[in-house]
Amino acid sequence: MTQSPQPAAILGGNRIPFARAHKQYARASNQDMLTSALDGLVARFGLAGERLGEVAGGAVLKHSRDLNLTREAVLGSALSPQTPAFDLGQACATGLEATVSIAQKIRLGQIDVGIGSGVDSASDAPIAVSEELRGVLLELNRAKTVAQRLKAISRLRPSDLAPALPSNGEARTGLSMGEHQAITTAAWGISRQDQDALALASHQRMAAAWERGFFDDLVTPYLGVSRDTTLRADSTQESLGALKPAFGRGLSATPTMTAGNSTPLTDGASTVLLSSEEWAADHGIEPLAYLVDAEAAAVDFVTGTEGLLMAPAYAVPRLLARNGLTFADVDVFEIHEAFASTVLTHMAAWESEEFCREKLGLDAPLGPIDRDKLNPNGSSLAAGHPFAATGGRIIASVAKHLKETGQRRALVSICAAGGQGLTAIVEA
Amino acid sequence: MTDRYTRLANGPLKALVKTLGLPSPVPLRRYRDGAYLSEPVLVLGAGAAADAYAQILLDNGFEVRRKPTSEKLSAVLAFFDEAQTPTDLSETALEIGGALRGLVRCSRVVVFSRDAHIAPERPADVDPALNAARSGTLGLMRSLAHEMRGGSTANGIVVSDGVPMDAPSVQGALWFLLSSKSAYVSGQPLHVTTADGEATTAEALAGTHLDGRVAVVTGAARGIGAAIAATLARDGASVVGVDVPQAGDALARTMNEVGGTALQLDITAEDAGRVIAQRVGAPIDIFVHNAGITRDRMLANMESSRWDSVIAVNIDAQLRINAQLTEAGAWGSSPRVVSLASTSGIAGNRGQTNYSASKAGVIGMAAAAADSFAAQGGTINAVAPGFIETEMTATMPTLTREVARRIASLQQGGLPDDVAEAIAFLAAGSSGGISGTTLRVCGQNMVGA
Repeated sequence: MTQSPQPAAILGGNRIPFARAHKQYARASNQDMLTSALDGLVARFGLAGERLGEVAGGAVLKHSRDLNLTREAVLGSALSPQTPAFDLGQACATGLEATVSIAQKIRLGQIDVGIGSGVDSASDAPIAVSEELRGVLLELNRAKTVAQRLKAISRLRPSDLAPALPSNGEARTGLSMGEHQAITTAAWGISRQDQDALALASHQRMAAAWERGFFDDLVTPYLGVSRDTTLRADSTQESLGALKPAFGRGLSATPTMTAGNSTPLTDGASTVLLSSEEWAADHGIEPLAYLVDAEAAAVDFVTGTEGLLMAPAYAVPRLLARNGLTFADVDVFEIHEAFASTVLTHMAAWESEEFCREKLGLDAPLGPIDRDKLNPNGSSLAAGHPFAATGGRIIASVAKHLKETGQRRALVSICAAGGQGLTAIVEA
Repeated sequence: MTDRYTRLANGPLKALVKTLGLPSPVPLRRYRDGAYLSEPVLVLGAGAAADAYAQILLDNGFEVRRKPTSEKLSAVLAFFDEAQTPTDLSETALEIGGALRGLVRCSRVVVFSRDAHIAPERPADVDPALNAARSGTLGLMRSLAHEMRGGSTANGIVVSDGVPMDAPSVQGALWFLLSSKSAYVSGQPLHVTTADGEATTAEALAGTHLDGRVAVVTGAARGIGAAIAATLARDGASVVGVDVPQAGDALARTMNEVGGTALQLDITAEDAGRVIAQRVGAPIDIFVHNAGITRDRMLANMESSRWDSVIAVNIDAQLRINAQLTEAGAWGSSPRVVSLASTSGIAGNRGQTNYSASKAGVIGMAAAAADSFAAQGGTINAVAPGFIETEMTATMPTLTREVARRIASLQQGGLPDDVAEAIAFLAAGSSGGISGTTLRVCGQNMVGA
């Protein structure tokens, strides 16, 4: 490949409204939701029957039968059945990684148009049989004689029949994500008031965005829901302040993380349409923005060296340095609000001379972030966080925001389980 | 598609229906059954136009008879355009009568005449006998429509003085009326007021005659709007469907089915026209103002919210969008605007003062805006549906619904497709000579007659 990469344009997006788990979408599968989100995107851009280069997607909570989830959603959608698709996974960064993958293929000229997507249902969660029962069933399958079958069954104990539920606990620590973050929050001394204020701003900004029709061409209703159901336009600092702590109650520090400043379990799906400039022009579509670059990072949270959700703090400086940028060059910061305190610890880390020197090896801190530039249309605390769908929500929204405001550059950051983080630059 | 009574009356209960003299609707022939019938067309009248149309029909592949015949006929064309006094109507009228028994099911009678002046403000120099003859032709046509049986219809084409009888829009109107696309249009005069419009053929108008046109349809998610989108797309147009964000999922489904583009937008928004112009991003050739709501209440009990929302959606938004599209220079070179009126806007309907005001308003808007659209080489018309089988009418009380169906000459409700076909016809390139009019698609319902 001798040609320089061509720009990957973000043309738009579509998602279904996000809904609190076990409510309106309780009976919808990941495939149902992703298919609907794709169909809304296809309709918005008049792509029915078109063969696209590729569709990338994934889900964090995934049934074993969904090995080809994205391809199955494409087959159920209005797209040409000749559109290939692939699944990938990077925990909560899945949707962004899918979008970045499509962007990179466009940049390399492998495809001229594609869709990055993601979906998650915390309601329709996969429930598995216990490891013991699974062993017996596999043994039964292999058995050839009656005696072998009886022998296999005889190993079964009543307790083996208990189902295995998915957990949000980290595989290597057993701690939930909230408990991990509570440790980080306490270590950085992030106040309850700051967290509640961030949550409040998220709700207020997203409510305002809905009110002014910002989401009219980013969201398509689904199952009778036409707005994000976790959004609380009437939230106040007082109502948030009245909530009891949900995480960190076992720590010595005063617990500060509540249901109000942590994202609720949510169901939803999102999609982003990307293409080359030529494809966009051929289809009479004006790009919203461009996905320029991305950087992933991971931290050693297992030994306790770093907090579980701190990886973006490492990815961002590397991404900016590679592109010759500083915070001063960024107009919009889209930092996924897994918890209000996640955003606040990242920001505290970037302001900390010690952290930036010791951990990032920088001569000077990255500096503070102007709150007015942070999540201008709200983020996951207001919209909810259907894990793999968050990346698509953010990319489509921030691209539209750049177009609407005439601003130049956005930095996107998403933390993920397993001590990972994925960040990206979006430019007008 | 046909209602239960129609199915029974054409099936197990056929004999009973006949014995008791009950309404006997027949399933109407529609476009999917083929555009035109194959039996000969009888052309009546001695004038030049009758001769010209005999030739035009032959050129378009129809079999033509110029004298009454015992053969089965698919249509009768009767020319009264040269009638000078009411007594001139006699010969051709009686010849039509003689031909009626020879008509096959779902056949057509099309009556041609010149425009009569019946509005009081018209000039007084019109010859009363001439005007009586012209006006009388329409009376004949309307009553004949009531007498038609077996799904057949009678309609008129009324051509203004000075417009050649073979003008593009007259021919286009004929192909529409002869075709199955006009299945639910009966007892209606189609007024051709100018010689504008592209020349067309019977075959062209039955094909993808809207190829390359960009069409915007409001209220496109469901019902009649979805049918309009599908029909315009079938005829070749690129369709942009507009509906409120809350109907976005249904809109997406419809647009994906017809290969269109979905635009989630509240048309009552102050800048809706500008947003449409910007999002469509191409000259708009066809705009169908279909979005409409009902908020029925007796006027004595009417809240301002009910009144105001109906006016806002059904007529005010249309006026504003038209103005903004004109201001933005968003129209194509010969735009076609079609607005949904209603027979309620013509006859009025108990409990629908707000709705009738808005729909009568649409009729007034189309009449008044014709000149400004003519200045842009375009047309604006209204289509007034009667009782159409939709999700909305399916929820009417059974008896009311049955009455509404049977009091039409065609003794049944229409389908959303019937409304859509009339709109596609008015949107056709050949319809440039038809503007400012309201075409009823009502099966000649007594309501609003």
